[in-house]
Amino acid sequence: MVQFTLPKNSKIRTGKTWPKPEGATNVRAFKIYRWDPDTGENPRVDTYYLDMDKCGPMVLDALIKIKNEIDTTLTFRRSCREGICGSCAMNIDGINTLACIYGLDEIKGDVKIYPLPHMPVVKDLIPDLTHFYAQHASIMPWLETKTNRPEKEWKQSIEDRKKLDGLYECVMCASCSTACPSYWWNSDRYLGPAALLHAYRWIIDSRDEATGERLDGLEDPFKLYRCHTIMNCTKTCPKGLNPAKAIAEIKKMMLNRHV
Amino acid sequence: MRYLTDRKRAVGKGSAHTGAEHHWYMMVSSVALAFMVPTFLIIFGRALGSGYESALATFERPFPAILAGLTLFVGMQHFHKGARVMLEDYTSGTTRKLLIMLVVGLTYALTAAGIFGIAKIAL
Repeated sequence: MVQFTLPKNSKIRTGKTWPKPEGATNVRAFKIYRWDPDTGENPRVDTYYLDMDKCGPMVLDALIKIKNEIDTTLTFRRSCREGICGSCAMNIDGINTLACIYGLDEIKGDVKIYPLPHMPVVKDLIPDLTHFYAQHASIMPWLETKTNRPEKEWKQSIEDRKKLDGLYECVMCASCSTACPSYWWNSDRYLGPAALLHAYRWIIDSRDEATGERLDGLEDPFKLYRCHTIMNCTKTCPKGLNPAKAIAEIKKMMLNRHV
Repeated sequence: MRYLTDRKRAVGKGSAHTGAEHHWYMMVSSVALAFMVPTFLIIFGRALGSGYESALATFERPFPAILAGLTLFVGMQHFHKGARVMLEDYTSGTTRKLLIMLVVGLTYALTAAGIFGIAKIAL
């Protein structure tokens, strides 16, 4: 359900301001959300200063530099550093994106970094994605076949394979789902853009034989139809995908079964 | 605290197997209202500025009366279904159920009152 205010223990306070690097001329401020469940304190925003002449070009470079050189307690997920693993998704300058492929030159003024919005926080910039992953698992993200022919590889035409473009590239970073107001208010029942994009990826696969079952499972006022075409998902997707279009395609398929 | 698996929480009570009908109705009624509302407003606007007797005479004619009735009925049904979605978005539990009942009641009361008024003028 919609929440217009944060609970008392989630209200963000001003945190520590770390000293500026000595002798640096090209300094930039980073305001970063911090929360440690072990302290029992409210979240805070710490301010760090970096010498940009000695920092890499991406937001993740800055975060790693802060962790390595200023504050080792800063916690965030990262792995591939090239937009493939989806680990470093966070809210940067008001946009859900991947820190590893978001350039610092794209941000004007101070760099404000928060965890993905409206998710439980594990620590600092790490959201709890347990429910998000369980929703993904619920749409059966695998090729479902009923027959055992052909016995060898299941071929796909070039045209059918092309239908998967713009879908298979999703790295499940959760940027889209956590940018969606419908998902904020009803994430317990609404699957969200990421899971639905994946659902469509398997529905549209010419080799999959569970199309009807998949559509049956999605035909629900909340699971699918809570999408109001707000389009935040498409706007924010760091991979340039269009989950809103995938959802619209599922809705069209639903209609084709009825009308 | 309930000891449920993540998968059980995600699946919940499963699919309700409804929604497509609602989606289709909203699309059809949107298209219908896109034509009906401007036509109704033109007729109603003209009648509004032409005095009491003239306004009554307008809605005694079949087309304006039927159009007014249809616009009211389709519009209120569209409102009812749209408002229900909005309430489902922003409320929960008993509050949600009570508000949906209120909206349904309000919709049918307004529709009935409107149709009665139009019928009284037209018939």
